[in-house]
Amino acid sequence: MPEAYNAKLRVYRGDASGGTFKDYTVPVEEGMVVLDAIHYIQREVDPDLAVRWNCKAAKCGSCSAEVNGHPSLMCKTRMKGFSPDETITVQPIQSFPIIKDLVTDVSWNYEQNKRIQPFTPKKDTDWIMYQEDIERVQEFRKCIECFLCQNVCHVLRDNDRKDAFSGPRFMIRVASLEMHPLDDADRLEFLHKEGGIGYCNITKCCTEVCPESIHITDNGIIPMKERVVDEYYDPVAKFLKKVFSPKK
Amino acid sequence: MSNYEIKEHDVLVIGAGGAGLRAAIEAAGKGISVGLVCKSLLGKAHTVMAEGGVAASLGTVDSRDGWQTHFRDTMIGGKYLNNYRMAELHAKEAAECVYELEKWGAVFDRTHDGKILQRAFGGHTYKRLCHVGDRTGLEMIRTLQDKGVHSGIDVYMECTISKLLKDGDKVSGAFGYFREDGRYILFRAKAIVLATGGTGRAFEVTSNSWEYTADGQALAYDAGADLIDMEFVQFHPTGMVWPPGVRGILVTEAVRGEGGRLTNKDGERFMWKYLPDALRGDYAADINEANAWVNDTLSGKLKTDYRRPPELSTRDNVARAIYTEVKEGRGSEHGGVYLDISYQPADRVKKKLPSMYHQFKDLADVDITKGPMEVGPTMHYTMGGIRVEADTQMSKVPGLFAAGECSGGMHGANRLGGNSLSDLIVFGRRAGRGAAAYASNISEMPKISDAEIKEAIDELEAPFKREKGHNPYKLQKDMYAITGSCFGIFRVEADLKKGLDMMEELNERIKQVGCGGGKNYNPGWHLARDLRNLSIAAEAIGRSALSRKESRGAHSRLDFPDTDEDQGHENTSVWKDGDKMQLAKTPLPVMPAELKELLKKKEVSHA
Repeated sequence: MPEAYNAKLRVYRGDASGGTFKDYTVPVEEGMVVLDAIHYIQREVDPDLAVRWNCKAAKCGSCSAEVNGHPSLMCKTRMKGFSPDETITVQPIQSFPIIKDLVTDVSWNYEQNKRIQPFTPKKDTDWIMYQEDIERVQEFRKCIECFLCQNVCHVLRDNDRKDAFSGPRFMIRVASLEMHPLDDADRLEFLHKEGGIGYCNITKCCTEVCPESIHITDNGIIPMKERVVDEYYDPVAKFLKKVFSPKK
Repeated sequence: MSNYEIKEHDVLVIGAGGAGLRAAIEAAGKGISVGLVCKSLLGKAHTVMAEGGVAASLGTVDSRDGWQTHFRDTMIGGKYLNNYRMAELHAKEAAECVYELEKWGAVFDRTHDGKILQRAFGGHTYKRLCHVGDRTGLEMIRTLQDKGVHSGIDVYMECTISKLLKDGDKVSGAFGYFREDGRYILFRAKAIVLATGGTGRAFEVTSNSWEYTADGQALAYDAGADLIDMEFVQFHPTGMVWPPGVRGILVTEAVRGEGGRLTNKDGERFMWKYLPDALRGDYAADINEANAWVNDTLSGKLKTDYRRPPELSTRDNVARAIYTEVKEGRGSEHGGVYLDISYQPADRVKKKLPSMYHQFKDLADVDITKGPMEVGPTMHYTMGGIRVEADTQMSKVPGLFAAGECSGGMHGANRLGGNSLSDLIVFGRRAGRGAAAYASNISEMPKISDAEIKEAIDELEAPFKREKGHNPYKLQKDMYAITGSCFGIFRVEADLKKGLDMMEELNERIKQVGCGGGKNYNPGWHLARDLRNLSIAAEAIGRSALSRKESRGAHSRLDFPDTDEDQGHENTSVWKDGDKMQLAKTPLPVMPAELKELLKKKEVSHA
């Protein structure tokens, strides 16, 4: 068993009007994660330290933050990954407005979901689906809505184009519907216009931070980009498709 | 008086897990105005953590299954203490509710012929749990969430209700605050559905998320409803035991459903020792038969002629077995026992139990495809709760409904795995329908009393005014010490009495809880309020446990180890009388003859 030691944490304390980092010392137990350290601070030092968390088992996606600049779920980030003399900096995710301390206002994301046409089953389906035909959809449906992908997306983070692009999370949401074997709706126009799929320049930062290891770009965004291109920019393909194949 | 916002809805649903969302969708479908209050962000409720599956007798894997067998299994699992009508409705409607989820976009794992796949679980005669790997709860909540946001429901996120308001004996509204900035809100409503989940946070070792602070139980109790069967607290047999930070986090029963073996430090498959004699015949006779069952399962055979391994006994039984093994010195390194699935091909384990694989890898540095997990009991589920009328889910308080874990009766003395997710959708739907029908019969909004609002605000403000108030986190820790040592998995009169005395003393200190900081997203303040709810639940658990002088299902009394037939005909009820908690025994509803017949019939669980 490793020796017990005191870890140094620098945690952002503040709200919309501004703030600063505050230093804390936290005794480390074996197996501890960053969220445990934050809870220690709440319990022993600053009971009003604001943090979102629910399950503490990487299933709910509530405790997203940037730990030493790396977008992470705090419940999955083990203290063991840092050396004992390292200062661990914890700050809120940066693409959304801060509410307080580690908590940000992510309500914009919930607005995006409302704009996406929900599952629309084919008429008179017998509801038979084969496992091999739903693997991809199930991959997308693993999303726990931690919004880390939204946090690192350049379009949203650096260029702040929330007005133009729904972000990787909702590209994946659309993909989970578009690739559902029994879905009958067409969301290409949404992707092209409101959803702004063209803004994605495939840097794959979203895929890298996904705690569920969803292949956001390769399996979701790129195939949909191709369909959008076929539909809107390639008249020959569009014509051939219309003539020879039914939708999906 | 401080300012507050006012919102009006025909039906207000408090709680946005599976039951709350399902209730809100149903009520909104009736064309009335519906508000949905979530304590967290939408889609983060505890339902998201449910793993193994949703129980419904679709019969896609084993065509012998039907609602009658599901009903019988549920009653046997509940030691016949269930509200028979709820168990009946649940067994009859679960399948329809699962298909409804599929129509709303849920993508369950499939059989070879493209139907919904079902897996085995403890206490279920046939393979009955519809699932998506081991993330079934996520699939359910996301499906309901996506359906809900297109159903015209007004969603209030990160909002906590602290008090229900009444107009005479009828419910008239709810008062609370937004976590974000502490601003107050008054909801006026004709009917209210409580769907706030369980009481897990009254215990230190629990699989429950922070939200499980008995809010619905306490709100209903304060409003005059009865809480029943609060002594029945389910300790899930398999929670993680190591490292300390993840102690209590759930290890799904699906591990055992897929063939996971429980052994003690001597390598003994100990579960055979603990099978109740009456049910021994339902389980494999020896390791060879258990292995044959697993081999059939592995080969994808839909039906098997072998009986299931003893690890698939009911949860109460497995939890006690593990507790006993550890207590008698045969536990694992960190005070649990071993659960091993690593004898199966690694790829299959990763496919069938992906989130368990990641959970152990990420949180405990254990590769479950290479070696065993260490597991031990963890507080998991509250069988007891708000007493409701089975068909409509209305409580004793007119206009106040409850669904899901915060309600009582459905699961009796012990819940079967998989029956909670089906409970949510069956009774969420019924509660939504019941509340909508009730609200539609009321022409005017019930009156709100200013005095009640003032009381609600004063209660919320009080912790800020106590400069030397007690630290809420310390108080919660003190509660853990009481519940863990006195109200836990094995109970005895002296401990229960001691625990209740200690709770009384703790309650006095909770009245003096304080908090610093402001109202903006202040977890210390939030906990200060939640503690009161938890203390009501803890006291109800202690009192009810003391009153039941027998062992039945999840309630194990060392001083009364046997089940007493006479006490099997009554529920324990507690209610609020001034400042005191009153308790009485109330008779179970009488089961009609045709259902009694189903229980008598010994259906064959193997060919």
